[in-house]
Amino acid sequence: MIKKFLYLEWKAFFRSASFSTNMALKILMGFVAAYFIVVFLALGIGVFFILKKQNLDPIVTINKFMIYYIIFDLVFRLMLQKIPVMNIRPLLIFPIKKSTIVHFSLGKTALSIFNIIHAFFLIPFSVVLIIEGYDPLSVVLWFLAIYSLLFINNFTNIILSNKDNLFSIFLVVAGVLGALHYFDYFNITTYTAPFFDAIFNTYWAAAIPIVALAVLYYTTFQFFKKNLYLDAGLSQKQDEAKTEDLGWLNQFGTIGTFLKNDIKLIKRNKRSKTTVGLSVMFLFYGFLFFTNAIEVYNNPYMHIFAGIFVSGGFLITFGQFVPSWDSAYYQLMMTQNIPYKGYLSSKWWLMVIATIITTCLASFYLYFGWETYLTIVVGGIYNIGVNSQLVLLGGAYTKTPIDLSSGKGAFGDKKAFNFKTMLISLPQLGLPILLYWIGVKLDGPTVGLALVAGVGVLGLALKSTAFKQIEKIYKSEKYATIAAYKQKG
Amino acid sequence: MPLTSKKDNQETNSPKSSSTNKLITMIQVTNLSKKYNGTTVLKIDNLEIKKGESFGLVGNNGAGKTTFFSLLLDLIQPSTGQIVNNNVQVNTSEAWKPFTASFLDESFLIGYLTPEEYFYFIGDLRGQNKADVDALLAKHEEFFNGEILKNKKYLRDLSKGNQKKVGIIATLIGNPEVIILDEPFANLDPTTQFRLKKIIKELADNPDVTVLVSSHDLLHTVEVSDRIVALNKGEVVKDIQTSAETLQELEQFFAV
Repeated sequence: MIKKFLYLEWKAFFRSASFSTNMALKILMGFVAAYFIVVFLALGIGVFFILKKQNLDPIVTINKFMIYYIIFDLVFRLMLQKIPVMNIRPLLIFPIKKSTIVHFSLGKTALSIFNIIHAFFLIPFSVVLIIEGYDPLSVVLWFLAIYSLLFINNFTNIILSNKDNLFSIFLVVAGVLGALHYFDYFNITTYTAPFFDAIFNTYWAAAIPIVALAVLYYTTFQFFKKNLYLDAGLSQKQDEAKTEDLGWLNQFGTIGTFLKNDIKLIKRNKRSKTTVGLSVMFLFYGFLFFTNAIEVYNNPYMHIFAGIFVSGGFLITFGQFVPSWDSAYYQLMMTQNIPYKGYLSSKWWLMVIATIITTCLASFYLYFGWETYLTIVVGGIYNIGVNSQLVLLGGAYTKTPIDLSSGKGAFGDKKAFNFKTMLISLPQLGLPILLYWIGVKLDGPTVGLALVAGVGVLGLALKSTAFKQIEKIYKSEKYATIAAYKQKG
Repeated sequence: MPLTSKKDNQETNSPKSSSTNKLITMIQVTNLSKKYNGTTVLKIDNLEIKKGESFGLVGNNGAGKTTFFSLLLDLIQPSTGQIVNNNVQVNTSEAWKPFTASFLDESFLIGYLTPEEYFYFIGDLRGQNKADVDALLAKHEEFFNGEILKNKKYLRDLSKGNQKKVGIIATLIGNPEVIILDEPFANLDPTTQFRLKKIIKELADNPDVTVLVSSHDLLHTVEVSDRIVALNKGEVVKDIQTSAETLQELEQFFAV
């Protein structure tokens, strides 16, 4: 039976719309994965010697910070890890045991990259420990226990995947704990380190996470088995609808009509709400750059990069998927009396308004000095002038349908954010850095900033010309887009 | 072309002008074909639909009904030939959009809107204000059967039948001249099917409105259309003005 499931998965993977169209992207993602694997491997091998060099006991130090490792793992999972969807509905009526279906669905999650990636860190680290003369049994038990904890995260993520925006709560918790630790108010590690140490130093403590994992797996299994009904775990959550008028937008004519629609789209769909949540997170991304948190980030070139990100979070996360947001009813749009220009303009305005709001909100970066905030404002100008049009242009070729109603119950595909979003946006970030670099080479940082802002203003000035071209591309891509959107998933 | 099938009471209702209108070609199909990977799924050499005609399209699964409508709406590209809708060639100009309304399937609905919001949205796009839309909705309250308006549900949460009701009524917004409905009777309950027939007949009586309806159901189509075209494997196999014998003729044809 499992073999048959694997066969279905195989077909689903290779026949999905995104697989055939985005081969280049797949390869790029392969490179990114390879990069992370190498980083983790290097860390796994090297961390022992690095810590040793600093006169720290490697295993004690690792154990101390293990709690953060695990919390962040959970945050990343809640945010990024997709719950694999097997087309469960059609299987329900076949002579397959429910337990088999659930076991397979859960087992599939274990093979996720989010679980495998840790092996590249933990295995080399454990091997180094054994080579360096630590008790092999202790090391193995410790390894198993830590991996159990990571798998506990895996299943926690599945159980919690019904809840909205949990990752932000966990992120705040992790942030607060980290801050309290940093400022020496409260150190969580003094409470958790003994536990991790015990795992290493005693033979019995490792059993705790392993047993906990078994219990959690069993609970998850029972939960899903019990909810494997069309009106339970597999049902769609129905919200009580409220008719909204948003009449004040009428004064903007056609653009107002679309804006009304877009606002409702964002408010009423989980995917778009998550996107907005993410763009708020981007707002705080700048802290990594402007504080000295990561040294390599703290230079003017990276600051420009941060300026683009901080002011353009919404533009990057939402704009990337224009017109896919409307994929579910794209045929309707194409038969209605709609000028493409009005449609695209409304999306453009939405992004511009959001960028302006974010740039204003980002004024708290004034704390780091007015130069810092100026960088963000320049980034905002560049976003409005150039990037807003670039994402629309890119959108003409983005043919991945978005399932807005992805709240399909426990097994539904919930995760809005994906790697591709980030990857597509990379070229948009390179150009302003290049411009800044040219400006600096010519006459220093001020000219650099002026150059970036100038290109932004230029982009804005050329908007109507650019829009005509973009409109043309959308028109020529129309049939391919319709065909792609018809293919769900 | 003479009109033979209209029931007497309708005949008296229709204005005289209908007979002159019938001479104007609304939709002209020339040498149209659609191929997918070498397989021809639709091939219509010549088909003329007159203004004010109520046009029924019947055929088995895969006969090309939806393909024809999709071509008519410029949702897919023809392999050869063209369709001209009221002097507008649909795949080169977009000028057919203002006077053409259609509902092919649920992908014409915006799931996260309430029915009211959807109607107003379509109204906005078709230059109708809220009052116009409200008047139209009030007129069709019976058709909705109290299950659509003010129900605190988004379109995505409505049943298939109720979604269809919304889609069908939305095509009436803004007095379009060409109305295209793909399988409008499917998924509807008997009462609603009956009411829908009434609506389509009313539209058919309007000499300015050309209605195109496709269906698997021969009886429904015969009842609402004054001309029926049967497609089989992408080709026109029958083209008849509806008369008392039409149903029998069609049944014979499809009873293989």
